[in-house]
Amino acid sequence: MELSRRALRIVAIGAWIVVLFLLLPGFVTLPVALNDSRFMQLPQETLSLRHFEALLNDSGWHQSFLDSATIALAATVIACSVGTFCALGVWRLGGRVAAVTLVIAMTPMILPPVVGALAMYRLWVQLDLYDTWPGVVLAHSIVALPYVVTTVSTSLAMLDPRLEQAARSVGATPWRAALDVLLPNVRGGVISGAVFAFIISWDEIVVTLFISTRAVYTLPRRMWDGIRENVDPTVAAVAVVLMAMTVIGVAIVMIHSRLRRTRPKS
Amino acid sequence: MNRPYYFFVLPAVALVALMFLLPLGWLAALSFGLPEGFTLEHYEALAGSSGIRSMLWNTVRLVTITTLVSLVLGYLVAFAMAHLGETQRMLLTLFVLVPFWLSVLARALAWLILLRHNGLVNEALTGAGLIDRPLQLVRNELGVIIGMVHFLIPYAVFPLFAAMMTVDRRLVMAARSVGAVPWRAFIDVYVPVTLPAIFGAGVLVFIFGLGFFVTPAILGGGRVVMLSEYISVSVLQTLRWAQAGALSMVLLVSVIALVWLVARAIGFRRLTGVG
Repeated sequence: MELSRRALRIVAIGAWIVVLFLLLPGFVTLPVALNDSRFMQLPQETLSLRHFEALLNDSGWHQSFLDSATIALAATVIACSVGTFCALGVWRLGGRVAAVTLVIAMTPMILPPVVGALAMYRLWVQLDLYDTWPGVVLAHSIVALPYVVTTVSTSLAMLDPRLEQAARSVGATPWRAALDVLLPNVRGGVISGAVFAFIISWDEIVVTLFISTRAVYTLPRRMWDGIRENVDPTVAAVAVVLMAMTVIGVAIVMIHSRLRRTRPKS
Repeated sequence: MNRPYYFFVLPAVALVALMFLLPLGWLAALSFGLPEGFTLEHYEALAGSSGIRSMLWNTVRLVTITTLVSLVLGYLVAFAMAHLGETQRMLLTLFVLVPFWLSVLARALAWLILLRHNGLVNEALTGAGLIDRPLQLVRNELGVIIGMVHFLIPYAVFPLFAAMMTVDRRLVMAARSVGAVPWRAFIDVYVPVTLPAIFGAGVLVFIFGLGFFVTPAILGGGRVVMLSEYISVSVLQTLRWAQAGALSMVLLVSVIALVWLVARAIGFRRLTGVG
């Protein structure tokens, strides 16, 4: 599309205004969390870490941080191993079976979160998983699974199928071929999948709201209650902690994929 | 020969089928009065309640407005990404991607800080002498729309950008060579060529909007109640399982129908970003 210089400038200005709108929430939360009063406002005179200190000194927020971190780690391990093998199987099987498998594996991402949460809630109560650590881990693994399948499948799509056939032809079993030949080649996809699975679990609120109350009290869950009850800057400090984790995660994925791209193909 | 690969996909399929799809089926059965006996009374109750009818209508109306605004703004950003050169493309992609991954809850909180009665936007406007008393920007439909548009723009940008990168530049040149001014070439050639992507992105955004829970619940402040929040209130506060089940099925069937529609048009793999 060729446009005049002036038209292009208008498009650029418009696009950057939209992008500023997208970045706005990220920009306000940090200064509010650093303000030195007990109100939700921008810092008036000095910056202060008192709201972060409050977080560190509050045993409730501590426990929630631990809950969230351990749940996200466990859910990442499960989603990542189950999802990676699923993507490998789909890649190798092809045809109708692969298509059906893919649709099943993607449902937790596509269907409305509330509906899934409601369905799981009933089952979790029946299975005594309600408001337990394994219960939340299992639910988060299911929610995160599609993201792993997607990222690993994307890496596999760029892989030469003959690589696997070569390994098989010299006598490797499918398991050995997968572990020794395929996995190292889709490492990038698996790492991205793991990071995304971690972020999904770390930020998850809808399903968590239905399948837990107070015995397992994740960071987003406690923040949700904080926002609904009374808004104080501690919640903004938690939001900063949540967002920092995401930015670190996305940065890892981006640096990793850049390194891969700039490295000469051998 | 392929046997072992069935075992590769088995854990994932079993996990989702048993722990996710099975209870969904159970919820569907519940909404039809099973196992006691088949009945449509819960659905009739939905159709008969004027409160629920207006809630459903509000949901569809708000999601439609949100989708249209997100598409227009997303088209603008995607167009800039496709036509403004490498540096701007990288920066724009980065800045669209980062908020895309930020916690939904953290973003809703940020909008609350910005748009509240004594929030930053109102203070800035009063401080500048533009308004006498604070504007009502949140706990109403405007707040919900702002929060949802913010969430959904990235979902519109990426499919639109992908489509724009494949537009044959010669089409526009051809239009220009027969005398079309740039503006006409854009309206008559460029937009129609990207129309399938606009449609695909629109349905995708609409699907996500329909299922929205966190943003309307926080920015609507109990005054703007959309379908997902209504379902959660039905179960967690008033314990109306059959009603929640029936409403869930309405939501589920709408989403599946829309997914099917896009899958027919652009393919399931492209829809979910696989391959």
